[in-house]
Amino acid sequence: MDELLAEFLTETNEFLETVDTQLVQFESDPTDSETLNNIFRLVHTIKGTCGFLGLPRLQFVAHAGETLLGKFRDGTIDATPDSVQLVLESIDRIKEILADLETTGQEPEGDDSALIGALERAAEGKVDAKPVEAKVEVKAEPEPVAAPDNADAIPVDENGNKWDKDLGRFLKPGEVSLAELEAAFMAADVEEIPAKAEVVEAAAPIPRNPEDRRGGTERRAAARDEDEDGASKGGGVSAQTIRVNVDVLENLMTMVSELVLTRNQLMQMVRNNSNSEFKAPLQRLSSVTGELQDSVMKTRMQPVGSAWKKLPRIVRDAARDLGKKIDLVLEGEATELDRQVLELIKDPLTHMIRNSCDHAIEKPADRAAVGKNETGTIKLNAYHEGGHIVIELSDDGAGLNTARIRDKAIKNGLVSEEQAWTMPDAQIHRFIFAPGFSTAQVVTNLSGRGVGMDVVRTNIKLIGGEVDLQSTEGKGTKFFIKIPLTLAIVSALVVGAKGQRFAIPQLSVVELVSAGGSSEHKVETLNKARVLRLRDRLLPLMSLSGALSIDGAEADIKDNNSTQFVVVMQQAGIMFGIVVDEVFDTEEIVVKPLSSAVSDVKAFSGATILGDGSVIMIIDPQSIARAVGETEEHTSEEADARQKSVKQEAKKDDTESLIIFRAGGEEPKAVPLGVVTRLEDLDVSTFEQSDGKTLVQYRGSLMPIVPADPYTNIKTSGNQPILVFTHNDHAIGLAVDEILDIVEEKLDIEMATDKGGMLGVAVIKGRATEILDVGYHLSNAITDWDKPVKKEEPKNIVLVERNPFFRNLLSPLLKAAGYNVEAVDTVSAALVCAEYQKPTAILADIDEDRSSALRLLEDERTAGAPVVALSGSSEADAQEFAALVRKSDRYGLISTIEYATKKGLAA
Amino acid sequence: MNATALKSEDMVVSDFGTQEFVTVHVGDQILGVGVKEIHDVFALSELTPVPGARKEIAGVLNLRGRIVTAIDARVILGLPPRENGYAGVMAVGVEHKGESYGVLVDSVGEVLRLKDSEFEANPINMDAKWKNISRGIYRLEGKLLMTIDIEKLLVQSN
Repeated sequence: MDELLAEFLTETNEFLETVDTQLVQFESDPTDSETLNNIFRLVHTIKGTCGFLGLPRLQFVAHAGETLLGKFRDGTIDATPDSVQLVLESIDRIKEILADLETTGQEPEGDDSALIGALERAAEGKVDAKPVEAKVEVKAEPEPVAAPDNADAIPVDENGNKWDKDLGRFLKPGEVSLAELEAAFMAADVEEIPAKAEVVEAAAPIPRNPEDRRGGTERRAAARDEDEDGASKGGGVSAQTIRVNVDVLENLMTMVSELVLTRNQLMQMVRNNSNSEFKAPLQRLSSVTGELQDSVMKTRMQPVGSAWKKLPRIVRDAARDLGKKIDLVLEGEATELDRQVLELIKDPLTHMIRNSCDHAIEKPADRAAVGKNETGTIKLNAYHEGGHIVIELSDDGAGLNTARIRDKAIKNGLVSEEQAWTMPDAQIHRFIFAPGFSTAQVVTNLSGRGVGMDVVRTNIKLIGGEVDLQSTEGKGTKFFIKIPLTLAIVSALVVGAKGQRFAIPQLSVVELVSAGGSSEHKVETLNKARVLRLRDRLLPLMSLSGALSIDGAEADIKDNNSTQFVVVMQQAGIMFGIVVDEVFDTEEIVVKPLSSAVSDVKAFSGATILGDGSVIMIIDPQSIARAVGETEEHTSEEADARQKSVKQEAKKDDTESLIIFRAGGEEPKAVPLGVVTRLEDLDVSTFEQSDGKTLVQYRGSLMPIVPADPYTNIKTSGNQPILVFTHNDHAIGLAVDEILDIVEEKLDIEMATDKGGMLGVAVIKGRATEILDVGYHLSNAITDWDKPVKKEEPKNIVLVERNPFFRNLLSPLLKAAGYNVEAVDTVSAALVCAEYQKPTAILADIDEDRSSALRLLEDERTAGAPVVALSGSSEADAQEFAALVRKSDRYGLISTIEYATKKGLAA
Repeated sequence: MNATALKSEDMVVSDFGTQEFVTVHVGDQILGVGVKEIHDVFALSELTPVPGARKEIAGVLNLRGRIVTAIDARVILGLPPRENGYAGVMAVGVEHKGESYGVLVDSVGEVLRLKDSEFEANPINMDAKWKNISRGIYRLEGKLLMTIDIEKLLVQSN
């Protein structure tokens, strides 16, 4: 491509970004003549340069835009949102043409007459007179008929088309006379165009404060148009900055990195030799190198605001499209960071802003309804924090919908149902970063396709950054993007494992603790997983050699009593500890990429050469986090496999998940896991006495605590293990002495018991175990628990279940929901019951004897009552039945019956 | 630098119908590597293993400020591993797509100029591991020299 053209493209794109921002600013405050002057000058310059390079389409569009802007400036026409939209459209058109120009080197074919016509009419003040037409144009559907008509048919004097004596014809719309063009060339100051396409602004003397370099682009723009008025802040600044090719800077950076390395090597050598004569000069070399490194780094620094230039326009367009009112507030634009990092952060940020506009900010009416200002605010703030830049993106919108994310996470299998309900909300919110996760109910033009936040996080992680969020429902969401200042040189902690040294990027290291032995931090073991008790939190531990799977690591795990070093790391919101054998030093290291032969080793992000000349591998914290998590997944996979095999057995043996605990006496007691909502360990000092009951404030409501056994006393000090059951929004806590185990066992109640609160005794793990009657405790604790929520005509239900345990378990639940239950053990008995009871629904077990359950469907004695299949597995084949429900799914049970009943009535 | 020197020399001296090879020994076999492909020859001093890498990757090392990946030819050829570790092992420095590699061999011999007429394609009964990296065989007096295709060796390794 022509060098001149390439240069023109770079510059014009730069200008256009500024124009976008300024126009949005101008639209919000049409009285700001300073801004308008800037815009006018920019468009004017574009037009001039286009003419010079022989790009007629660009030139005409720019000219038409300029004419309208000129009218704004003269005050003959007021800037309305519609007319500003027109100018923005013309700028979009220019961008389109430029994009083609960039790829093909040629101005593309196309007809701009409609747009130009619209612009000209606007310049004559006709937009306001014909608001309907203007609206059509706003939607970027220029009327093809009207515009050319307008352009050609209107007489010369009225349309303002001049006779051009050079051409011997009337000028086309947007066309300018040669004389005018000449004037434009004069105005466009093209002589200082440097040679290369990709240039970055580099100040010869480094500006003393960021403020100075912030205005760079505008200032330069101003400087180029000194023939225009204003520009008081411009003059002479251009002399202080030069343009330097990015390659040169990159090269410089590499060389300085090498220099730093060599300096480190020398320092190491001299350190071992205390009387060296090199000591003093080396000290000087060292400090000079340090300063040089800083300076070179600075040349790569750009204010973060330069990546934000496009945002006001994006927000404005999005707001317009979505019919919302949104303010964008930018703060800390002067904060500087490495231009490489800046480039990489641009896209994720744009995406997140779009998301905020689309999902977070509510429609004006909705906002007004909840008492918020109709105009939503999106705020971007950047600041330094340690070796990082933190970019905060906050909005005052609706906040994340925790329940929806939780449901979706469960549905997508990201988390088990049990886990999901015990997770803090903040952790649930983080699921929005999971791949393919979108809770948007409607996929819009802007977002909701489920690729968004996942990609954002990946991109941010690629540059060693992190993204996290805080969200309050109804109040808004705040994202934190933490990114390193630069990528080339990082500070790293050098550690040793199995006699080998590794570098861990300091950015992900939270702290170093010594654990085990005499240290206050204890290492404990859960099955094979080791955890560290650190300030009331459990930290998963993994040895570095284990994470890297260095041979023999397994056998080498130190006993928990000896002292060991733990590097506490945080990655993507997960905290974990890495056990290392030795900790050496922190060093500034230059990250060198790995060759493709070893790049498949995900554990390392690169290698570096240390001061002593040896090569060490740089650990990728992400993959280590994954390795720690994988052991987790591994165990859960095992559990899954176990569950699966159990499920298969269940078809034959009918096994159940049971919680085994001890309460009042040594003999174990059990309760089906499915009916327990949560396991808690509550501090007894928070227990309160009222009305002869023990109560505790639990999740915003009072929960009665009852002993699981009449002979158990609720503890008076320390922590009390509690099994929490919930039903109809009532929670009760069952106090037990100790939770022993969770087992999968065939449940066969061998002996009934007349002891209150017990269903009977079964042999579990070879021991006689009492099975707890949950319903009994529920009714004891909450006297009104079994009152139906709504007083309704009692509905009859026939429950066919061979297994006495489930019969006893399900009947009270159904009764509590307001049903009259007739529990029988055979289909024949059920049919007899059905005949005289006229049940609204029949619940039948299909695991035990599916074929006889099918009989229920055909027999006329059921009088068409829907038959709901009961099964131990949610995957049982029950397509003939009205619905399928899992025996352990207490919530699902009632709602399924209700659903089936309604369906039955409707049918 | 070395390479450019060799290259220009090659341009001048090279006769039609002959090729120059550096001979290296791996196990009992003599192998030939094209002179133009070799950047340098060095002895290992320190080697950093890369846990988790494929088994033929002996590790990484620092060669005059560059990080070089060492690939063990013995492993690629399916020979028994080195008994005495990597200290002092000779390596042939090559470059591939801008990355530096060192191919570890048992010893480095001399530079030979071989006639094309002595060249033969790989015998069909050759071990697949060998065939994969061999360009062909030169019939020398009393012995056979297998020529190594460095690119294939590295790609193999990848």
